[in-house]
Amino acid sequence: MSTSAATVLDALGDGHRRSIMEHLAEGPLAVGVLADRLPISRPAVSQHLRVLKEAELVVESAAGTRRFYRVNPAGLAAVREYFDRFWSTTLDNFAALAETESTRSTS
Amino acid sequence: MSTNSTTEIQVHRTVSVPLPPERAFDLFTARMSEFWPSEHSIGESALAEVVVEPSDGGRWFERGVDGAECDWGRVAEWAPPGRLVLLWQIGADWRFDPELETEVEVTFTEESPGRTRLDLRHRHLERMGDKAEVMRGVFDSPGGWAGTLANLVDLVG
Repeated sequence: MSTSAATVLDALGDGHRRSIMEHLAEGPLAVGVLADRLPISRPAVSQHLRVLKEAELVVESAAGTRRFYRVNPAGLAAVREYFDRFWSTTLDNFAALAETESTRSTS
Repeated sequence: MSTNSTTEIQVHRTVSVPLPPERAFDLFTARMSEFWPSEHSIGESALAEVVVEPSDGGRWFERGVDGAECDWGRVAEWAPPGRLVLLWQIGADWRFDPELETEVEVTFTEESPGRTRLDLRHRHLERMGDKAEVMRGVFDSPGGWAGTLANLVDLVG
């Protein structure tokens, strides 16, 4: 698995971070608003956002003096690509077996 | 655990095979051992057999060469010849976890007489994230999953 895929799974392996992702799914939010909605402190929210940002799951933007965070859908691509390759290999194996079977039945 | 769509990780693969749906379904479920990447097993001994019990609620498990059985998940929907839904309950640490449910849906559609298209969707992969630390070790080691898959492509090709 690529490092980025493992990083994404690490980032999602925390309940608070998943909660943050769910809140952000409804639209961009500032840190303070997130902290109000979650049972954790503002510094803790900032820390989680930093991890999510490093995993490229969220992106940050500034409006005046406030910083907003929103979901970056492309961030999940690495994990998806990894499993995509796994199933591709497995189904290729299956297709090869099916080819053999069809030859057997018609010969 | 949430099923919010934004954080859902899903993959979709398709393949077309020269068999009618009935035979494709049968091959996929009854002889999974013959196309499953054999290094991808969770038992202590080598993989001898992959079993999908043919009914709703049936078990999905592997049997090692030592005879020991390890659960992988269960059959959520057994609807031959068109549809099969398996619950993959193997966590990122490669242990069976009854709390974990990722879904593997496979549909078999007749494209033309004697030819079937398989659509495979593996949903909720993000749920494996709970044990991502362990997963990282498995995937990054040279003998890990990624390495063995590369070998298998050569074998099959």
